[in-house]
Amino acid sequence: MNKRLVFIIIAASAVLAMPNAAYAMHISEGILPLRWAGIWFFVAVPFMALGIASIKKSSQKVPASIPLIGMISAAVFIISAMPIPVPTVGTCSHPAGTGLAAILVGPFATVVITSVALLIQALFIAHGGVTTLGANIVSMGVVGAFAGYFIYKVAIKLKVPLIPAAFLAGLVSDWATYASTSVELALGLSEKGSFFTLLKAIIVAFMPTQVPLGLLEGFAAAGFFAYVLNRRPDILIKLGVITRSEHSRKDAVYEEAAL
Amino acid sequence: MKKRLYKLPISFSMIQFALGADRKWQGVDETVVEKFAEEAGRPAWEPFINTDQGDLLLFVFLLVGLIGGFIIGYYWRVLFKDEKR
Repeated sequence: MNKRLVFIIIAASAVLAMPNAAYAMHISEGILPLRWAGIWFFVAVPFMALGIASIKKSSQKVPASIPLIGMISAAVFIISAMPIPVPTVGTCSHPAGTGLAAILVGPFATVVITSVALLIQALFIAHGGVTTLGANIVSMGVVGAFAGYFIYKVAIKLKVPLIPAAFLAGLVSDWATYASTSVELALGLSEKGSFFTLLKAIIVAFMPTQVPLGLLEGFAAAGFFAYVLNRRPDILIKLGVITRSEHSRKDAVYEEAAL
Repeated sequence: MKKRLYKLPISFSMIQFALGADRKWQGVDETVVEKFAEEAGRPAWEPFINTDQGDLLLFVFLLVGLIGGFIIGYYWRVLFKDEKR
């Protein structure tokens, strides 16, 4: 793999692993039983391997993807550690950023970006945990990224305009991340017969904060996607995020709206 | 009418901020994750390297924010500005 690209990702991840133990959805150190911690690691590893291959392929095919991946790495860290107060409930949480990353650089690459960030956060800033690293990678990097990416692709197939499709990606990836965190917690903490009861309780506890935050993340994803779409559509076309016909259709929609 | 529409969400947000102030703006990892973990008898462990000591955490926050902003700004320029030249 391009050494410069590896350095960019690691450097961006390292310096941007903002210490924010109070504000994250990350599962803290030691909360999950080791059995479940190990299972989530095994689930995460194949995705990370495929992600490394994906980044290598993208960087060779589209050199402009390297600065995009570097910037997205930094953005994911800031986004995933930014404590946003939710006035309606008086608590804070943070978006995931993985939905936007997935539609721009691909879901597998997003898993790698997320993995490096979570590892450094767990090691140096008490954010998340080493034992729970696999679980956090699965929830934020795998489920969040793939959910956002899947919704984006389905929306495009259904002829939804690009910007609203990006909004849906941001929204769904946020909610999917916290839903999967809820599943991981319920699996790890529930005793026999209480899984669904505990799962429901955790989801309900997350909802007041994450419903508005997911909407916010959707708007942020749509906004940034629109910016990249307008300024550098060539990168998106080369990376396969959009096709030339979709880009042309976007212009036609805007022209019709202007008329 | 339009001015009132703009003022309404701002006023609402200010009221909610005031009402929420006594809850100390805890993160969901405390209010949700660690709460359920403690109820299940699995409290979080001490971190291996604890930077949450005195002003150390604040320093790390500012440092990573500064460097992170620089990285984003640098690549922003590479992606969106240099192409124009």
